[in-house]
Amino acid sequence: MREASPRELMVLAAARRIHDGDIVFCGTGISMIAAMAAKRIQAPNSVIFFETGGIDSQLLELPLSVGDPRVMTQASIHTGLVDSFGILQNPNTGSRVVAILGAGQIDAYGNLNSTCIGPYHRPRVRFPGSGGATDAAVFAARTLIFMKLERRKFVEKLDYLSTPGWEPKKRGKEVRHGRPEAVITNKGTFMFDKRTSRMYLATIFPGISADEIRNDVGFELDTAQARMEEEPPQKSLDLLRKHIDPQHLII
Amino acid sequence: MVNLNKHAKVMSAREAVEKFVHDGDLITFGGFTITRNPMGLCHEIIRQRKKDLHVAVHSQGQAFDLLIGADCVNLIEVAYGGTARFSPGGGPCFRRAIEGGRIRFEDYTNFQMSLRFLAGAMGLPFLPLYSSLKTGVVRKWGVSFSERKNHPKLPSKKLGVVRNPFSEGGREELLVVPALTPDVALIHAHQADTEGTVRIKGLTFTDVEQAKASRHVIVSCEELIDPEELRRDPSQNKIPFFMVDAVVHMPFGAHPTACFGYYDYDPRHLKLYAEMARSEEKLNGYLETYVYSTEDHSDYLSRIGWEDLERIKADPETGYAVGLERSGR
Repeated sequence: MREASPRELMVLAAARRIHDGDIVFCGTGISMIAAMAAKRIQAPNSVIFFETGGIDSQLLELPLSVGDPRVMTQASIHTGLVDSFGILQNPNTGSRVVAILGAGQIDAYGNLNSTCIGPYHRPRVRFPGSGGATDAAVFAARTLIFMKLERRKFVEKLDYLSTPGWEPKKRGKEVRHGRPEAVITNKGTFMFDKRTSRMYLATIFPGISADEIRNDVGFELDTAQARMEEEPPQKSLDLLRKHIDPQHLII
Repeated sequence: MVNLNKHAKVMSAREAVEKFVHDGDLITFGGFTITRNPMGLCHEIIRQRKKDLHVAVHSQGQAFDLLIGADCVNLIEVAYGGTARFSPGGGPCFRRAIEGGRIRFEDYTNFQMSLRFLAGAMGLPFLPLYSSLKTGVVRKWGVSFSERKNHPKLPSKKLGVVRNPFSEGGREELLVVPALTPDVALIHAHQADTEGTVRIKGLTFTDVEQAKASRHVIVSCEELIDPEELRRDPSQNKIPFFMVDAVVHMPFGAHPTACFGYYDYDPRHLKLYAEMARSEEKLNGYLETYVYSTEDHSDYLSRIGWEDLERIKADPETGYAVGLERSGR
């Protein structure tokens, strides 16, 4: 049997962080696969939830947008954006939410840029924009972030701050910020130091070295605590390949 | 059988757009990325070569990108411009217009845009939300305070901060976003009756708030229904008839985007568009073939071909085309 590809390792690393009973706010793509995998592996009572208003979507086929008809099939309720962001903002439900996000750039505190590269008014590269990620990051109890590990993406200073991460200087003050728990990349995973809120290397994927990862990161990175990423069980890989994304739309 | 003569709201897309969409209008439309975009109505706006439209939407979408590409738009307020997996990195015309400095734009988030429509729908000047105050959305304005005077349809400020009078010492800060009251909302629905009552199946996104916030509403529908029939189950109806100005009967009116329970998105056509929209030259070819040279929406559909439409027809159990080839390989 083929060993796990980086994308499969990413999916399963994220899926492991979804707990039974969590409400999972999903974006498009790899985050949906992670949520589907978690629900079928260790978190059968997790709820897949979309900003578009799809609640407990069953995802019999992989959606290609959060507005895809596939998020509507056999959902428990169909609603809309006002209601779904209300559910996130309401602390009774928001405190159970884990949001899975992605972006074009990330800094050492987990702040994200999904808007542009270069000056805002006349950017070199324009991205689609924040969508619902900015709102979800502020309301969710925890966020998981998917990124491709590249030096131009892991930067000292963002070109634009779309989605807030940790706010180290203002700890204790009443201020809304994100709570990124982990950054999951194609070469390893990162977490945030409880004291400084800075990103550190947590796990390394097979065949990758800490030096290689340090080279791909544009800010100072603590790699002292890194260990090897867990080998995923064959059963989980089979599940991904045969049942969750058999058309290989994402993985 | 529906008696069309008794119902002045039922009209063609051409009539509806001629009557209710004008150059310089602030327009909005329903749907989300690749679902229920009012494509037929937007094609008609392009055919009539409307100019200088100001478009306010949340996460759009095929219609959004095409209107920008066809040079109908000069100002946008938006949270996300793209068709998700069909335009990774963003809608091609949206991107090119911003990167080329050819369009004025203002970024908001999806919740903010939704609350702006809700405020408009409720007749309020603004609504509050909890938000970080350090983001680019709060700190960077696409159109500055002083420039806003030149755009009477933009609110005087992008957003603001208020204090919660009920919090301890009244110190808690909340972001407020200004109401949107568009001139026209374009909505594609599953069913509408001849009086204008609208039924949407599946996710409604922000369609209902968008329609209620707008001065005029044009609805295109898959099925035109007798009012008696929609009144048999009023709990399923979403927009009151007295808010709707025009009802256009338009099967496949959201193609190439999806209409839950009726048809899927058309992956081949979305990919064809993504490919052709990459350059202005090819985009002009696309617009010529599918919009300018077509008489109306049924003419457009004959260009697409019944074989392709048959392929995306929804399975009644799931609401989409099960097993549809979507990978493009």
